Amino acid sequence: MILPAIISLTVLGVVFGLLLGLAARYFKVEGNPLVAEIEQLLPGAQCGQCGFPGCTGAAQALAEGNAPITLCPPGGRAVVLALSAKLGIEADLAGVKDVTPMMAEVKEEICIGCTRCFKVCPTDAIMGAAQQIHSVFREACTACGKCEAVCPTESIKLQPIPTTLQSWHWHKPQEVTA
Amino acid sequence: MNPIAHSPHAHAPLSIPKIMAMVMLALTPATLYGFWLFGWPAINLWVISLTSAMLGETLILRMQSRPVRPALQDGSGILTAWLLAISLPPTAPWWLVVLGSLFAVIIGKQIFGGLGQNVFNPAMAARVMLLISFPLEMTSWVTPAPLTSAHALSWLEGLRTTFLSQPLDAMASASLLGHVKTEFTRGVGLDQALVGHFSTMDAIMGSRVGSMGETAALFLLAGGVFLIARRIITWHAPVAMLLGVAVPALLFHAIDGNHYSGPMVHLLSGGLMLGAFFIVTDPVTSPNTALGQFIFGAGCGLLTWIIRTWGGYPEGVAFAVLLMNSATPLIDQYVKPRIYGRDRKGAALPVNKES
Amino acid sequence: MKLFNLRGGVHPEGHKALSALHVIRELPLPKHLYLSLQQHIGAPAAPVVQVGDRVLKGQVIATAQGNVSAAIHAPTSGTITALGDWVSPHPSGLTAPTMTLASDGKEQWIETPTVADPFALAPADIAARVGAAGIVGLGGATFPAALKLNLSRNSGVQTLIMNGGECEPYLTCDNLIMRERAAQVIEGIRLIALAVEAKTVLVGIEDNKPDAIAAMQQAAKGTSVKVVSMPSMYPMGSEKQIIQVLTGNEIPAGGRPADIGVLVHNVATAYAVQQAIRFGRPLISRIITVSGGALNQPCNVEALIGTPVQELIDFAGGYRLPATRLVLGGPMMGQQFTNTQVPVLKGTSGVLALTASEVGQAEASPCIRCATCVRACPVGLLPLEMAAHIRVSDLTGAVELGLRDCIACGSCSYVCPAHIPLVHYFNYAKGDLAAQERSKLKQESTKKLAEARTERIARIERARAEAAAKRKAAREAKERAAAAAKAATEEA
Repeated sequence: MILPAIISLTVLGVVFGLLLGLAARYFKVEGNPLVAEIEQLLPGAQCGQCGFPGCTGAAQALAEGNAPITLCPPGGRAVVLALSAKLGIEADLAGVKDVTPMMAEVKEEICIGCTRCFKVCPTDAIMGAAQQIHSVFREACTACGKCEAVCPTESIKLQPIPTTLQSWHWHKPQEVTA
Repeated sequence: MNPIAHSPHAHAPLSIPKIMAMVMLALTPATLYGFWLFGWPAINLWVISLTSAMLGETLILRMQSRPVRPALQDGSGILTAWLLAISLPPTAPWWLVVLGSLFAVIIGKQIFGGLGQNVFNPAMAARVMLLISFPLEMTSWVTPAPLTSAHALSWLEGLRTTFLSQPLDAMASASLLGHVKTEFTRGVGLDQALVGHFSTMDAIMGSRVGSMGETAALFLLAGGVFLIARRIITWHAPVAMLLGVAVPALLFHAIDGNHYSGPMVHLLSGGLMLGAFFIVTDPVTSPNTALGQFIFGAGCGLLTWIIRTWGGYPEGVAFAVLLMNSATPLIDQYVKPRIYGRDRKGAALPVNKES
Repeated sequence: MKLFNLRGGVHPEGHKALSALHVIRELPLPKHLYLSLQQHIGAPAAPVVQVGDRVLKGQVIATAQGNVSAAIHAPTSGTITALGDWVSPHPSGLTAPTMTLASDGKEQWIETPTVADPFALAPADIAARVGAAGIVGLGGATFPAALKLNLSRNSGVQTLIMNGGECEPYLTCDNLIMRERAAQVIEGIRLIALAVEAKTVLVGIEDNKPDAIAAMQQAAKGTSVKVVSMPSMYPMGSEKQIIQVLTGNEIPAGGRPADIGVLVHNVATAYAVQQAIRFGRPLISRIITVSGGALNQPCNVEALIGTPVQELIDFAGGYRLPATRLVLGGPMMGQQFTNTQVPVLKGTSGVLALTASEVGQAEASPCIRCATCVRACPVGLLPLEMAAHIRVSDLTGAVELGLRDCIACGSCSYVCPAHIPLVHYFNYAKGDLAAQERSKLKQESTKKLAEARTERIARIERARAEAAAKRKAAREAKERAAAAAKAATEEA
């Protein structure tokens, strides 16, 4: 009675084990395509604010599960949501929401036109030439903060982007207390 | 925060406490009739049920560190306890009532996250729990002894019944559905079983054996019509439930009248009227759309009839409701209204300039 | 005529008698007018006058900028005293670029081109004149009217529907204009019909305005304009809903009325069109309902665009009771404001001062899934489900349930017994999605920039490396040559 059961289970085990082994050998994927896919979602500014060496490094860490999906400050909520959908991780937006959108702004009185900032700007968002006052394109600035770090006179600083009639929208209603 | 309030800057004169109060008002005639019909034990039962529900709710909210006042003020706990009370045998002992009431508000509602979050109708969940755990106490019925009649229990006797579980052998009786079921097991057909046990007039007036507030079909019906008229509930679920019981009953009664009770017997017995107008219309545990509510009601009705006819228990309303409660999310998933400018599948309507 | 059913809808208390019983009164000339450059959907108008210029009544002071925009005219004669920021009736409380006009009290008109027989004009000409008059949709949407006429003519509109529904409680300005100026309104309607070459012209008026229906029917006698009485229900006056009720057709999701051969205009717009075509008068004033339980004498006034709202409140006798909420527009979709210096815009249909009991606000409590909102929704949405998704920040889930089809009529919030601000949730979600869309676009463009820069740096590096290699090769060649020469000399 018990023998056929043992035999059949053993045979099943062997067959499936073989199948799995073969599959592992012949369907092996070189590298992890996920890294490239994740990198596509990241802003690509290579700003390094996440603590990883550039967006590829961050994508690597995300793919391996070594980094939270909220790691990218310039990406904001849009990137968190995209990553959440991609990786199937529940997005905890609580930590992201408080970051007000920022952009670099040049205090023209103290800018000495040293050009250091636009040499480090990953998106070419800073316009200017040596000995001239620099200015920032709002649309290109990702608020990575690299310029702020290199400015010798502290004239370039991240400032919150002011709300306009076009960008304003209703806030979320206050939670129902129950 | 933004001090500007979002539109609309007007509101319909309706609130949750008002809805609950309206439902309680609709229940009042049937309840008062139950008080009169079954006397002091019934009144004790009602008072105990409401009190323990409120205490239980306070306790659990304290334990969860959630605000107590709004939950008590919305009136939902009282309504749940009320519905439970009138669906219990009038002479049920106090501990049974307390247990059921606590189960309803704590396990049935607050554990799920409070009002609006529960999956199952709390009153029916409690009733089923009691029925399964204490089948004897839950099926000990008495013949009505109206307060104004000679053999009515005095206040003290009432207290003794409720608190000391004083046996009431002299008055013990069986409910109609239970009686029919018992007679079947003895091989007695309906033509004999119903004799002397069912009169349509008595059933309509509620002068029959049964739960405290379930017997007065007419008063319950009136309460239901009142709620429909005041737009607190819609007709879909109640009508569907009554049809769900009546249609198969009519069909099978026509096929084998000696074995299957007719629609009148079904409609006017057990907790069907209460269930149709006050239980399946519970907003929290029923579907969102009119069609969904109709399906839900019909399912409740059909299951009730099936359980009554072929099941092990004589009465099936509570079981049917719980089963359909668990199907509510499914119904809501598949029954959605068509959106303006789209077809049923959600695709945009075609552009048509010639119309 | 056969009418079709409106789905859902609510019956808010009308409060129309407060203001409907009196005739339209003219507001005294204000000392200062504040003319926002953004009084319409689309790009703000561009000022064409300087601070200090004297302008005449009806003179263009800001022209339309781009395709979707509308010109702004001086509502009276006077001097432009400022061009800067001024409070605007916007929920953000932000200011808007505004021109200030100090009136000189002379009411001196600029020369206006009158037309003896407007019905001899070509359709395109009518649209052009409407555009020059700066007319926008006066029902509240403020879409530039000329653009709508041109789009509709080009896409072959068959049916013109004139919206006299006025389903918002309190508002009676359309009612009054139809009652008192029916002939002009009908002429305006016929001009719009001519401009879009419409075959059928229907005027839909709610049956709670029998006087307006009678006046309009009288004025429409002998014309092709058909006045139809519709049941009173909110939101009957919404574009999608009035089309559904009068024609039985629905605008396809994401489409426009022209997709089903319909154009909808407000009756007040028709009056403005008539004034513009026949008398060459631009849109410089409008009828506004000043009402609400907090006011002494609710009324309808004809006010110049740019009049501070405070003047209207004063004109209505000031407050009788404390006004808990001041609203521009109707109570269902209107906009609360707190600063009474906000000016009247072209789209301002009402100024309401509501008491606490009229507003009926209460703390929100948990949803009991009663589905009253589902029954009230005129679009067939599940407001309770959508709000539940938005509450936990699942905006995608809300979109799948039809968030983008929501017309923000507020019926759901109005009926919700739990006082949940449903439509607030929906507008928050719509705004947040738009913001996400913007940030996504920005991210895509910055990503391209970053890539371009990386590539450029790589190219420079490469060039530099190549140059270095070249130099090295040259040097080596030179060294080799030198070595060879040296070897040669040594050999020799």
